[in-house]
Amino acid sequence: MRKKGKKVLNVIFIVVLYLLIQMLISIGIIDSFYELNIVIICINIILAVSLNLITGITGQFSLGHAAFMSIGAYTSAILTAKFNLPFILALFISGFAASLAGIMIGLPTLRLKGDYLAIATLGFGEIVKVIATNTDYIGGAIGFNDIPRYTNWTWVYISVTATVILVKRFVNSYHGRACRAVKEDEIAAESVGINTTFYKALAFAIGAFYAGVAGSLYANYFYFIKPDSFGFMKSIDILITVVFGGIGNIIGSIIGAVSLSIISLSLQDIAELRMVIYSVVLYLIMIYRNNGMFRKRGFKIFKNRKKVKYNVGVISK
Amino acid sequence: MSIDKFNRHPTIEGDVIMAQFLQQLINGISLGSIYALLALGYTMVYGIIKLINFAHGDIYMVGAYIGYAVTKYLGLGFMPALLISMAACGVLGILIEKLAYKPLRNSSRISTLITAIAVSLFIEYTMMFFVKPDSRTFPKVLSNNKVDLLGGEVLLDIKNIYIILVTIVLMILLQYIVNKTKIGKAMRAVALDKDAAQLMGVDIDKTISFTFLIGSALAGAAGVLVGVYYNTINPLMGTTPGLKAFISAVLGGIGIIPGAVFGGFFLGMVETLVSAYGNSIFKDAVAFSILIIVLLVKPDGLLGKAVKEKV
Repeated sequence: MRKKGKKVLNVIFIVVLYLLIQMLISIGIIDSFYELNIVIICINIILAVSLNLITGITGQFSLGHAAFMSIGAYTSAILTAKFNLPFILALFISGFAASLAGIMIGLPTLRLKGDYLAIATLGFGEIVKVIATNTDYIGGAIGFNDIPRYTNWTWVYISVTATVILVKRFVNSYHGRACRAVKEDEIAAESVGINTTFYKALAFAIGAFYAGVAGSLYANYFYFIKPDSFGFMKSIDILITVVFGGIGNIIGSIIGAVSLSIISLSLQDIAELRMVIYSVVLYLIMIYRNNGMFRKRGFKIFKNRKKVKYNVGVISK
Repeated sequence: MSIDKFNRHPTIEGDVIMAQFLQQLINGISLGSIYALLALGYTMVYGIIKLINFAHGDIYMVGAYIGYAVTKYLGLGFMPALLISMAACGVLGILIEKLAYKPLRNSSRISTLITAIAVSLFIEYTMMFFVKPDSRTFPKVLSNNKVDLLGGEVLLDIKNIYIILVTIVLMILLQYIVNKTKIGKAMRAVALDKDAAQLMGVDIDKTISFTFLIGSALAGAAGVLVGVYYNTINPLMGTTPGLKAFISAVLGGIGIIPGAVFGGFFLGMVETLVSAYGNSIFKDAVAFSILIIVLLVKPDGLLGKAVKEKV
């Protein structure tokens, strides 16, 4: 009974938050600058949550998440700018295209573990970038111009909510538990009959789908995309968000995306030192809170830290 | 680091295919030397603490800048610049290890990896803040003499000779240190089994610091060599060669010293040949494709031995 009440409360919260921001946008209190930042934060939330499904829940260390975003962004750009397809269709096709790429890269490379998988996904990301840079149809190195703007607060909000709810429900489902088992101990999982390859590929497919959706939202908001935006550094940024929020913690990823975006934004005025300060902050977080800021039991910033080993896809000795 | 600079002596005639090939081979070996020097640092650090040291490419960049400062402002020659840069980078390597990686030695791999990225960003952007982001021209410290081979069809630049010679000397030195000295033995022991090595009285901290010292010194040498060879340096020059060198280390089998050398030369050669005979814009894609294929076929690297996984 109590659970049902909580659910209703959640739904009310989601709807009220949407209406509140929509209202603020329409009266003009949130101007286009703030709206832009809100869209960026929301896209980062989708990316972080989807990578968390791959890295945090299933334990597959991926350094190529931006490549999935890039595939989604370019697919959506082609479909909306060249074929004039409706946005909702482009959004889904982008997701499926990225998902397909996820399975394609996933199936062969999933035999690899830990650092090797990370390197292979990094290589995949770079290959996607080189191909995008050298394909004239999609603008090459100059970038893809004149993408119609369809993304707005409503689209972004629906996508974020859908991503978070669906990923959370997946994590708590039968299949989600299988994914967590793969993370905890692959050999043990296999020995109780879990098809580890299937679940790893599934995690990649679902994670890539949402990354593709995020790419589609990104492309149709900024009118313009270029291959460099989806390079190695973008993948790292997403990974940092996930680790910052706590590996395997979906709500942590949301808080991580919001707070890192705010840190990054507040440093924008001192452009020269921005990356220096950002790297120092990152270093301090890793030294003092190396399991992420937000653990399962909520926000504990000053509690003594227990050393918990998260063996991310790495067989420990 | 643009590979197109290699094609400075285009040979057009039809009967000089062999000469052209030789020319590309020389260029490939020079580029491969740089990759090999960098890959050694990656492979040693990975072998000993299982960390992909993303800051390694940036140590190489710092090495290039130290070489630049020493030759430009102190007016020293090539050899002193090389040695000073190696020493300074070695110290920088130890500093990074002590400040950034040592406190995290017992935490998860993912947080050490992110710390490495943080260190890399910190070095890049601090350098950028102090030396400004634009490229600088490296002073000319070596003469422009060229040696003609095959009746002038193949030109062997004096810089190529220097790069290859310095690399060979450093590798022999490294091989000596690792295989014949006490500290080298300690390094191998720690790489094999850290706990057992500690029980046998090996000072783990000292050994790890020493590994960083050697690896970073080699990166510093590579930085000076690149500065001399390409004449241009900038604060972000370390990222791409850093990744490439890491690929080289993986190709040869990470943690294996001859593997890193082999991987470096192999990758340098492949990249040069792809740019010469194929399309230079695809050289990065080719490098990464080779990486993925090797990882799929032989994940332990071309020279690696498969290790059975214990349950």
